[in-house]
Amino acid sequence: MELEFRLPSLGADMESATLTEWLKKPGERVRHGEPLVTVETTKGLIDIESYEDAEVLEQLVQPGSKVAVGTALARLEVQGASQAPPAAPAPEATPPPAPMGPLAPASRPPASAVESPGTPPPRARISPAARRRAQELGVSLEELERFAAGGFVHIEDVEKLAAQRPVAHTDARGAMRATIGAAMARAKREIPHYYLAHAVDFAPAREWLARHNATLPVQDRLIEAVLITKAVALAAARIEGFNGYFLHGRFESSAAVHVGAAIAVRGGGLVAPALLDADRKDLPTLMRDFSALVTRVRAGHLRSGEFTAATITVTSLGAEGVDVLFPIINPPQVAIVGAGAVREQPWVRDGELIARPVLTLALAADHRVTDGRAGARLLRAIADLLAQPQAL
Amino acid sequence: MTYRDAVHEALRDALQADPRVFLMGEDVGRYGGSYAVSKGLLEEFGPERIRDTPLSESAFVGAGIGAALGGLRPIVEVMTVNFSLLALDQIVNNAATLSHMSGGQLSVPLVIRLATGAGRQLAAQHSHSLEGWYAHIPGLRICAPATIEDARFMLAAALACPDPVLLFEHLYLYNMEGGVPPGLERVDLEHAAIRRAGKDVTLITYGWSLYKCLTAAEALAAQGIEAEVLDLRTLRPLDDAAIMASVRRTRRAVIVDEGWRSGSLSAELTTRIVEQAFYDLEAPVARVCTAEVPVPYAKHLEDAALPGPAAIEAAVRSVLARDGGG
Repeated sequence: MELEFRLPSLGADMESATLTEWLKKPGERVRHGEPLVTVETTKGLIDIESYEDAEVLEQLVQPGSKVAVGTALARLEVQGASQAPPAAPAPEATPPPAPMGPLAPASRPPASAVESPGTPPPRARISPAARRRAQELGVSLEELERFAAGGFVHIEDVEKLAAQRPVAHTDARGAMRATIGAAMARAKREIPHYYLAHAVDFAPAREWLARHNATLPVQDRLIEAVLITKAVALAAARIEGFNGYFLHGRFESSAAVHVGAAIAVRGGGLVAPALLDADRKDLPTLMRDFSALVTRVRAGHLRSGEFTAATITVTSLGAEGVDVLFPIINPPQVAIVGAGAVREQPWVRDGELIARPVLTLALAADHRVTDGRAGARLLRAIADLLAQPQAL
Repeated sequence: MTYRDAVHEALRDALQADPRVFLMGEDVGRYGGSYAVSKGLLEEFGPERIRDTPLSESAFVGAGIGAALGGLRPIVEVMTVNFSLLALDQIVNNAATLSHMSGGQLSVPLVIRLATGAGRQLAAQHSHSLEGWYAHIPGLRICAPATIEDARFMLAAALACPDPVLLFEHLYLYNMEGGVPPGLERVDLEHAAIRRAGKDVTLITYGWSLYKCLTAAEALAAQGIEAEVLDLRTLRPLDDAAIMASVRRTRRAVIVDEGWRSGSLSAELTTRIVEQAFYDLEAPVARVCTAEVPVPYAKHLEDAALPGPAAIEAAVRSVLARDGGG
């Protein structure tokens, strides 16, 4: 029985691989479990074993070609009936839809020859529903092709892509929910979060803010969120392992500190665009940036760069919030700080019980990059910075 | 109540309700029907209305057409769809055409009941699912009661229809136990029915395959996949609105049909989905059909040839796969 040996998915997020080496030549035999071909994926070089005792009839893909999961790599002649049917048999002889002229010439190759040796990597397979969604959201097919890189594009991918661009679409809300969902699902799936919380006496910051703001016109006054953002930016710049991205299996530290500020969008949804170089800007500048950012978010005019620039994120539910907010990391970032609502709470100082405004900071960080000890240092550093607000 | 009881009750009701109704076919009288559906009816209604016929499908289906043209309401039982091929000329050239050829002056209110399907080791000549062929023919209405309630009430709706109606009873269903929802007294021959709601994929099916789909859907639900199961009920005319509404919701369709796939009802369904809901699809339409061989006699080969819950599950997983199942 003749069989097509297809590139299997070697992980949930694997969509393609580059064929690096054939381990069997046409005419050679391969036993069940014996490596047949080597491919390179984002996880490294992987030998793929044959599921069958078979003879290699023909190699359909040459070394160096990048191919999508499911692409036929070789034709095999299998001896005898296979022991068990494959878990998900590919629909027999269903060629990918190929563009066809008005007249199909009689010499058109048979369907099984569509994936023939030497053909370029298959074009991105965009589902019909995704195509229509792309049209509705104004996403071009070229963008999708680039995004898909030879893989398959579903509706959710289109929505993800659309939400990464300037928000100006009539149906951005559904797309935004989809994006949040996709990012958070990925975070919970991939990132081993650890959580730490620390209560901070917020009285020094409050008192300093009150004094600072007393003499200023309303538009120049600072808010608590900016103080917290600055403190997080400075701490993240000092303590290694929290500022940057986890990409391709390793942490890439960022020299610049761009703090994502989680901002609620009217009517639901959330974006976390970046306050660029938050560690190096003084508070009035940061405040102006923050106000401008909020205005642009509310007006739906964010710049695409602001969406992806953040290297660490701060999120707060503000005065309406609760005591502690355990956040979820926004991938590929590796840390996020959640600020609870500042509330008067009992506080012990020098053996005495007093009422103080207390802020509880919660850190969610990526265990692939840091451990709890480093996280504790980060939270303590933020607390120390907030205790000296004049130095921020 | 079994499916068999439900068909029996439907026949009794029809015979009692209308003196123009009579039943004829091979062994329907003294023997009580090949599937024991008409047991006792000869004693109750007499040989005028429960008529055993010679083994000539062409003759007795033709007689049924004549009786219908003459104002009676015949119910003709053909033992299996496989034997109905002997009456193809009567069904396709006469029953289906006369209303059209007479400019509506004649109608053929004929009901033909046929057993269909495999699964009982009756071998190839008694096991094929040829209802898809009849669904090709304009002028016929083709129905497939899969539930007790449809077995109980489709017959009355078919008798009320002025055109020939073929009712396909899957032979595996006769022993199935179940009930009729209280208060239900009639069903229509127009609408498909959602037998299980789901959001991830639509399983389109009819007849015995309905239960295979429901079994597969339960197994899939345990894996977090919610399959919607649509019972076509009527194979001609197809309820396009119900099919497309479901596919537009789930964006993925798997058709499960005990017929073969080549040139088939499942091919027609696929085409309609592609014609009407192409831009709602997230994956190619998948089909689970009987292997393209005459249905084998040997138990293990028959099982392997027919659509089963495992193959349905695999098809669902393939259309839900990240690579789109193509």
